[in-house]
Amino acid sequence: MAAELLKGNVALAEAAIRAGVEAYFGYPITPQTELLEHMAQRMPELGRAFIQAESELASINMVYGAACAGARAMTSSSSPGISLMQEGFSYIAGSEVPAVVVDVMRGGPGLGNIQPSQSDYFQVTRSAGHGDYHPIVLAPASVQEAIDLVMLAFDLADKYRHLVFVVADGLLGQMMEPAELPPMRPLHTERPDWALTGAQGRAPRIITSLELDAPALEEVNNRLQAKLRAIEEHEQRYAEQMIEDARLVIVGYGTAGRIAQTAVKQARHEGMKVGLFRPISLWPFPERRLSRLADRVDAFLVVEMNAGQMLDDVRLAAGGQVPVDFYGRTGGMVPVPEEIYQAIATLYAKLPDRLS
Amino acid sequence: MVALETVIEEQVVYARPASLRDVPTHYCPGCTHGIAHRLVAEVLDELGVRERTIGVSPVGCAVFAYKYFNIDGCEAAHGRAPAMATGLKRVSPDAVVFTYQGDGDLAAIGTAEIMHVAARGENITTIFVNNAIYGMTGGQMAPTTLPGQRTKSSPTGRDVELAGFPMRMAELVGSLPGAAYVTRRSLHNVKEINKAKKAIRAAFKVQLAGMGFAMVELLSSCPTNWGLSAPEALQWIEDVMVPYYPLGDTKVADGVDALMKER
Repeated sequence: MAAELLKGNVALAEAAIRAGVEAYFGYPITPQTELLEHMAQRMPELGRAFIQAESELASINMVYGAACAGARAMTSSSSPGISLMQEGFSYIAGSEVPAVVVDVMRGGPGLGNIQPSQSDYFQVTRSAGHGDYHPIVLAPASVQEAIDLVMLAFDLADKYRHLVFVVADGLLGQMMEPAELPPMRPLHTERPDWALTGAQGRAPRIITSLELDAPALEEVNNRLQAKLRAIEEHEQRYAEQMIEDARLVIVGYGTAGRIAQTAVKQARHEGMKVGLFRPISLWPFPERRLSRLADRVDAFLVVEMNAGQMLDDVRLAAGGQVPVDFYGRTGGMVPVPEEIYQAIATLYAKLPDRLS
Repeated sequence: MVALETVIEEQVVYARPASLRDVPTHYCPGCTHGIAHRLVAEVLDELGVRERTIGVSPVGCAVFAYKYFNIDGCEAAHGRAPAMATGLKRVSPDAVVFTYQGDGDLAAIGTAEIMHVAARGENITTIFVNNAIYGMTGGQMAPTTLPGQRTKSSPTGRDVELAGFPMRMAELVGSLPGAAYVTRRSLHNVKEINKAKKAIRAAFKVQLAGMGFAMVELLSSCPTNWGLSAPEALQWIEDVMVPYYPLGDTKVADGVDALMKER
C-alpha cells in the first residue's frame, strides 16, 4: 500500500475499519464529526453496524452492549461528549469488556470552543468515570501514528478486556498529511468464550459490574488492579529524540510534542543540549524511562495544550530529583515553535554550570 | 393395596419454566415482579428461544433479573438498557434481545433511550413494569406516581402544580412510527395476567418476525412501598391505576394482528 493524503479524522475511522471494528455508535460533535461521517458511509457498505445515537450517553451504552456480545465496538467524540460518556466508561471497565474510544479534544471547560486542546488529560487518564481504574490511553502525534495506534488500541482492548482511548486533538483530527493505511484485517469469526451469545448447550453467562457483597467486590477490584499492574508493566510507550547527551528534556505528547520537536531542533542548532521525550501511552504513563532520565538530566520542561495536567505525572516520575518546569497554552490556543523555543532558552540559561 | 410394579401415570400440569432458575428471588411478598418474570420465562420456553436469548437488566427492583432468568444476561446502567440492547442486537441479529425495566428506569432517567429505541424501530422487546413508585430506593415518587399519591418524596401526595403529571408511556411510545407493537396490560387478577402473557408472547413474536420494536407495559403492585397488604395492592391497581392508565394496545403495526391471533 502506498501513502495517501489523509485527514486525521478520516484516518482514525478507516484505521478502525481495517482493524475489524464491527460496530460504531456515535454522535456529531466538532472537531471529530468527519470520523462519524466516514463511518456512516463505510460501515453499512461493509455490512457492519453504524448508528448515529440520540446522545453520547446512548452511544457509549450501545458500545457497551455490542462489547458484551464480544464484537469489536467503538465510539468517538470530543471533550464535552467524552464528559457525557463517563458513566458508560465506568461500567465497561467494571464489567471488563473491551472497547475503543477516540477523543478528538477541544478547548474547555464547559462548551469551551472547537479549537485544538489537550484539556482532557486528567479526564481520560485518571479514571474516566467513577471507581478505581485507569483506561489505557494512547496519544498519536501524526496521522500515521493515529492509524497505527487505532490498530493497536483494538488489540490491547481485546488482550486485556479493557477500555482503550486514542486521544488526538482538533489539530490532528482536522489536518491532512500523507499516511499509509494497513490492509483490511478479516473480522473475527468467533465470539470470545465470555461473550453473551445465547446459552446454547452451555450454562448462562452474566456480564455485570454489580456486586453488593463488599468482600466480593473488593476481590473484583483486586483482580482489576492486578490487570492494571500488568498493563503498567508491559504497555509503557514513548518516543525519544536527541536524548543521549541532553541536559534539558522537553516532555510533550501529541500535537504539543510534535511542535516541541521543531523548537528542540532549533535549540540544538543554537548549541543547547536539549532532547525530546514524547509519551505515546499517557496511561500507563512511561514513568520508568522518565525516572531513569531524571537520574542524569538537569531539568524537564513539560509542554502541553492545557494548564498543566501531564505535569503531575512528570513530577511524580522525576521524584523531586530535578526541576520540572511547564509551558502551556489553553482555550484552544496552539503554541508556535518559537514560543516553546523561548521557554527552552530561558530555562536552559538557568541550568547549573557544568565542567563539560 | 397397590402392587409395587404398578406404574402410576403422572402428568405435569405446572412446573418451573426452563427459562427461570430454581433460586429464591429478593422480591417482597405480594410484589408482581415474580409473575412478570414467570410470564416472560414461559413465553421464552414456548417459543423455543431460551438458548438464543439475551436479557438486559435495569437498575431498580429488577436489578438482579439476570440471576433469576436462566439465560445469558447483563446489567445496564440506570435507564440505558435500550441502548445496551441496541448494541447487542445490532451485532447479534439472530439473538432474541429484551430489556426488563421499571418506571424510574424507563420513564425518568431513560426517557431518551426508550423513545429513540422505538423511533429507530430497533428489533428488540421491552417489558416495562409500572408500579407507580421507586421501589428499590424505598418508595419515592416516580414519573408514573399518580396525582395525590403519597410517597417518601411526595409526603403530602403528588401535587401536580409542583411535580407535574404522571406519564403514560405506552401512549407516548406507541405514538412513534418506528414502534411495531405497544400495549398496556395489568397483573392484578388472573384474567388480566392471562392477557398480559398473550401480549408478552406477541411482543417476542414481533421480534422473531423482524417487525421492529415491541413494548409491553405491565401495571404492577408494590405493597411494601404503597403501605398496603398484597390483596389491597392488587385492588388499588384496579381502582386507581387502571383508570389513569387504560389497558389495551396503543400501537399495532400492519402484520402484528396476524401474529397476535396465531397460537
